[in-house]
Amino acid sequence: MHQTLITNCHQNIIELNNVSFSYMDQKVISGLNFSLKQRDFVGIVGSNGAGKTTLLRMIVGLLNPTEGEIRLFGEPIRKFRDWERIGYVPQKTAFNPLFPATVREVVLSGLYTNKKLFRRVSRADQQKCDDALEVMKIEDIANKRIGQLSGGQQQRALLARALINHPDLLILDEPTVGIDAETQESFFELITHMHEHHEMTFLMVSHDLDMVENYLGKEPVHQSGKINFFVRHSHEILDCEETNLQHSLV
Amino acid sequence: MDILYSDFFQRALAGGLLIGLTAPLIGIFLVLRRLSMIGDTLAHVTIAGVALGFLIEVYPIAIGLVFAVLASFGIEKLRKAYKTYAELSIAIIMSGGVALASILFTLGMGYNTDVTSYLFGSIYTLDQTDLVVVGAVALVVVIVVSLFVKEFFQLSFEEDAAAVNGLPTKLLNMLLTVMTALVVSTAIKIVGALLVSALLTIPVATSLLIARSFKSSIVLSVIISETAVVLGLMIAGIWNLAPGGTIVLLLISMLILTLVGKRGFST
Repeated sequence: MHQTLITNCHQNIIELNNVSFSYMDQKVISGLNFSLKQRDFVGIVGSNGAGKTTLLRMIVGLLNPTEGEIRLFGEPIRKFRDWERIGYVPQKTAFNPLFPATVREVVLSGLYTNKKLFRRVSRADQQKCDDALEVMKIEDIANKRIGQLSGGQQQRALLARALINHPDLLILDEPTVGIDAETQESFFELITHMHEHHEMTFLMVSHDLDMVENYLGKEPVHQSGKINFFVRHSHEILDCEETNLQHSLV
Repeated sequence: MDILYSDFFQRALAGGLLIGLTAPLIGIFLVLRRLSMIGDTLAHVTIAGVALGFLIEVYPIAIGLVFAVLASFGIEKLRKAYKTYAELSIAIIMSGGVALASILFTLGMGYNTDVTSYLFGSIYTLDQTDLVVVGAVALVVVIVVSLFVKEFFQLSFEEDAAAVNGLPTKLLNMLLTVMTALVVSTAIKIVGALLVSALLTIPVATSLLIARSFKSSIVLSVIISETAVVLGLMIAGIWNLAPGGTIVLLLISMLILTLVGKRGFST
């Protein structure tokens, strides 16, 4: 197995410098300073209306801060172009369950980034898709329509789509909403396992304080308004080695 | 049966087949993005353009096409202004189109019969110029959809994820709306402004019931649409019925049959 030691686990992946956001005249986020370092796992927890979704949308460039600066992988977000370095898992409710797409089509769509415009799906792309399906153990339902699957299977398909590019940063927006308790638990086990064994940085928005506290500790390391940041730092992980994603998970 | 071999019928068939291909190719993305009514809106605005075309004696479909493209820009602007009320943009532009068309109608009472043929369609009056315009639009639509089908898929499945992947979502949205304007403005002479959204949506609605994948839903909706166009034109030609109406009623019959068939299989 290919293994190399990571020489720098302290590179800033996300930096928020004095970031504020207002809807109309109402300030939702005020003067937020925060940084997420390589291989950290950050859980953003807050009640409804606390501004956590707004914060996430700013981090992925869907909203512009009214003040301050956001940097991704050291670059100002406006200049950032390496979007394939980011995997994004939305809320399950973000897509139309009657959409006539198969799991394979959904997972493959993770490859369609700004750098793949005009390019056809290649054999190598299909292989990447097969790998992602295998990692998530959903290869047997690859040709089923996504709407026919259970909530847990749908979430695994969306996770496979996010992982297909082997991202450096995985962003999860309320990934367990609408999923039963047992599936929530196994989904959370899966992502914590990924954090411990793979060279990936995690940012997760969640309303589930118990699950977040279980893995990220009881005390938030940072607070901004009604948003709490729970962090498990890279140095808390036993190894800081790059591992082969597929090998470890299968 | 002689009508089937006449020049005007052959032109109608060619025009119908071209629209039968392009309408569902664009329609699938509109339906999946819950923008089915956008076709209707653009058709009403196109009628205002056609009316102006007759008034100033310029090729009506060309003016209709310009109106539809301008309206598509307007819809996108309003969609941004009223993000949570996307349907408002459609309602505003549609009523604007009807209002403008009604004023232009009254300004040129003499040509009202011609405008009526655009409201209900008059596929048998397609001339060589119309056919060239429909052909050019079909070529553009087929090229754009083949180039961007992956991106349109992602945009329709989940727009936020498409944006996080770095796709130019604003540009893709605009491209899709402009393509819709092109298809609608050229389709109105074939099925009529009042029925154009049927050609955009019903083949897709039928295919969604049976397709097993996104790819197959595109192929099926084109097959359904082309079948309705060919059969509809033949039935209308033989029994002297309105071609646009016959095509649409055939589409609805196919939808009902599929629904019944599906229920039969599932019980």
